[in-house]
Amino acid sequence: MPEFERFSYDVLVIGAGGAGLRAAIEAAASGVRVGVVCKSLLGKAHTVMAEGGIAAALANVDDRDSWRVHFADTMRGGQYLNNCRMAELHAKEAPECVRELEAWGALFDRTKDGRILQRNFGGHKYPRLAHVGDRTGLEMIRTLQDHGIHTGMEVHMECTVLGLLVDSGRVAGACGYDREKGLFRLWQANAVVLATGGIGRAFKITSNSWEYTGDGLALAYRVGAELQDMEFVQFHPTGMVWPISVRGILVTEGVRGEGGVLRNSEGRRFMFDDIPDLYKEQTADSEEEGWRYTQGDRNARRPPELLTRDHVARCINREVKAGRGTPHGGVFLDIAWIKTHLPKSEEHIKRKLPSMYHQFKQLADLDITKEPMEVGPTTHYMMGGIRVDGDSQMSSVPGLFAAGEVAAGLHGANRLGGNSLSDLVVFGRRAGRFAAEFAKSNKAATVDEQQLQATASAALAPFDRGLSGENPYQIQYDLQDAMQDLVGIVRTESEMLRALESIRQFRARADHVGITGNRQYNNGWHTAMDLDSLLVVSEAVTRAALLRKESRGAQFREDFPSKDAEWGRHNIVVKRSTDGGMQVEKRPLAPIPEELKAVIEEMK
Amino acid sequence: MAGQATFRIWRGDPAGGKFQDYVTPVDEGMVVLDAVHRIQAQQAFDLAVRWNCKAGKCGSCSAEINGMPKLMCMTRLNNLNLDMPVILEPMHTFPVIRDLVTDVSWNFRAKKTIKEFRPRSPDLPDGTWHMQQADVERVQEFRKCIECFLCQDVCHVLREHHKHDEFIGPRLLVHVAALEMHPLDVEDRVSDLRQKHNIGYCNITTCCRKVCPESITITENAIIPLKERVVDQFFDPLKQLFHII
Repeated sequence: MPEFERFSYDVLVIGAGGAGLRAAIEAAASGVRVGVVCKSLLGKAHTVMAEGGIAAALANVDDRDSWRVHFADTMRGGQYLNNCRMAELHAKEAPECVRELEAWGALFDRTKDGRILQRNFGGHKYPRLAHVGDRTGLEMIRTLQDHGIHTGMEVHMECTVLGLLVDSGRVAGACGYDREKGLFRLWQANAVVLATGGIGRAFKITSNSWEYTGDGLALAYRVGAELQDMEFVQFHPTGMVWPISVRGILVTEGVRGEGGVLRNSEGRRFMFDDIPDLYKEQTADSEEEGWRYTQGDRNARRPPELLTRDHVARCINREVKAGRGTPHGGVFLDIAWIKTHLPKSEEHIKRKLPSMYHQFKQLADLDITKEPMEVGPTTHYMMGGIRVDGDSQMSSVPGLFAAGEVAAGLHGANRLGGNSLSDLVVFGRRAGRFAAEFAKSNKAATVDEQQLQATASAALAPFDRGLSGENPYQIQYDLQDAMQDLVGIVRTESEMLRALESIRQFRARADHVGITGNRQYNNGWHTAMDLDSLLVVSEAVTRAALLRKESRGAQFREDFPSKDAEWGRHNIVVKRSTDGGMQVEKRPLAPIPEELKAVIEEMK
Repeated sequence: MAGQATFRIWRGDPAGGKFQDYVTPVDEGMVVLDAVHRIQAQQAFDLAVRWNCKAGKCGSCSAEINGMPKLMCMTRLNNLNLDMPVILEPMHTFPVIRDLVTDVSWNFRAKKTIKEFRPRSPDLPDGTWHMQQADVERVQEFRKCIECFLCQDVCHVLREHHKHDEFIGPRLLVHVAALEMHPLDVEDRVSDLRQKHNIGYCNITTCCRKVCPESITITENAIIPLKERVVDQFFDPLKQLFHII
């Protein structure tokens, strides 16, 4: 029987990106014992990739900003499918969470009078994103990491979690293995916070790293937690398209915020051709007005390049399909053109967008201060996730909490840029606080030894099959191809039905996956262990997208291209049925309180 | 550039290992990590490699490529001579776990020995501070660090002399510099630098600065100013004179 090394905590946090670290810090501050388990080394989580900034209505740059405007922007961006309580808390608490980061050592760019500088971003009415050049995520994770290591939390680096343990319906901990030695570990805990991020690796073209296999979603789903809004996968409009090997790597929205424009192969700024009614009032009607907006003119309206991500991604997709794309199947994103408006534009670009300059120079041999970039949509973010209580972040399973990308609710049908980093700290903090409270007021649950042994045996089975089994890498590639082709930016029923059939076949192959070598740092084994999570989330995305027979936010159905008022009043909830199958249902939205309704009306 | 190339990869564990050759097709625009992934998926399923973002932002895929410490994700094949085998080894300064993966946990333990950030009292009643961009920029250079530990890998004090227990290495000296020069920080780490972190072991060969993928001017901007602070506090002849009097 496989041995487990055993650890015991009050609160176990799974994931050490922004949300996980913030939750762990909060829990540790309340005096409970905290364990953190992460798949990578500490400080390497995907939060480091966040570039543009953290949205908070500090009103440092434009004093007309307030939580009310931020709230209304977030709801509009989410097409009103958001959990309005989360959108309210987020808008109210984000400024405090940003100031907290500064108190822990984060060094944001400054205004002339020495306060935190804020920049424009898509869907935000006023300059709202606190930032550090274009490496805000790195600043944030390092700040949380360097603060966190002195709070007494114990960190288990490079561990994969295989299952959550439950005892009479409530969470009892988690089990998994360390990737370095391949030995099993049991983390017993009174409360568990999931902060495992998204699902980008279910798709072929993605800005996400290998970690983003939807583990948290699958872990929660398997123990009966409800998932929500799984059909809403954000395709970021601007990923690199060339060279092939870096296809999907993110090109920050900050490029457009600083004045970058999108053009097709005919040189036309095609974004001016299609401006949705919801945003007509707020969008510039000339190139000249758009430029003034990016340079801080308070009376100018934003250029159409800064419309919401779902819309920009679809416009790019349309240009490419119509044959007006670039040689490598994207469109042009041009920041170099600002030299016609700004003296010393080269230095300006290098100072404002240092990582972008570096990234293109090194990976594509291209100088963005001189030439346009080629960009196209890339799978970027999961709006959906574990359905949680807006205040406490607890899921439908007692003691199981979720924060950050793995949780659903804040972003509705589409997330605004910059609202992700603020989501991490606002709801990471809440999840940590409420998980600690739960842990204090509940005794430790009992660990089911049989469940533990069954998990370990299943994890080791691929070694017995060896080379006669299926290649785990190949199954992953095939799944990514299928999801990209059949459940991507433009969806239709017949293709999604084919996707479901493919997923069923991949599942059968995954049941016979085989690996070679031993358990020490065996990437083949790790890939095999991630397959189940990828398959669960892929199926959930597909089933939810099939059920929602309308186009809204990130979901675009070719067969149902319009919005449907009835669907505008419902979320889709996915859960495991008693027979083990996946159950998908329509769930009415909670009514919006009158005072929030009034805010939305006022800002329309 | 399409064609094929040979990668001579070190395979082994703490007990020992050897180089093994893999021939794999290569395409235009590929980086070393792409080739390693291709080999892993097609020929060596259990080849151990650590990576994450694949965009030079997380600092996970550090290795020695043809003897040079580099990030595998940022090393393009068209900058290497593919007529010869490309030699891939794990970083030498850290204990090997398997193949290209090393145990870098020492860096995380050593970081904990550095006194944490301690800000002065807020300037304003809402708990915030005023800072000027110029003051912030000086420290932002150090905060670009992605913790790839390539600078630790080439540091002679660690690589040749194995002074891991006495010396924190360039990465963590940069970390101390970021704290010491932070406009808000009021903690004093100068005596620790001398006595606990042994900054004197560094003889400024600048090897660390040369391998930094973020182009942080490690020696000139971080280590030398810290050495100066140590000298000011402990070796100032005037101060010593006053001390004697």
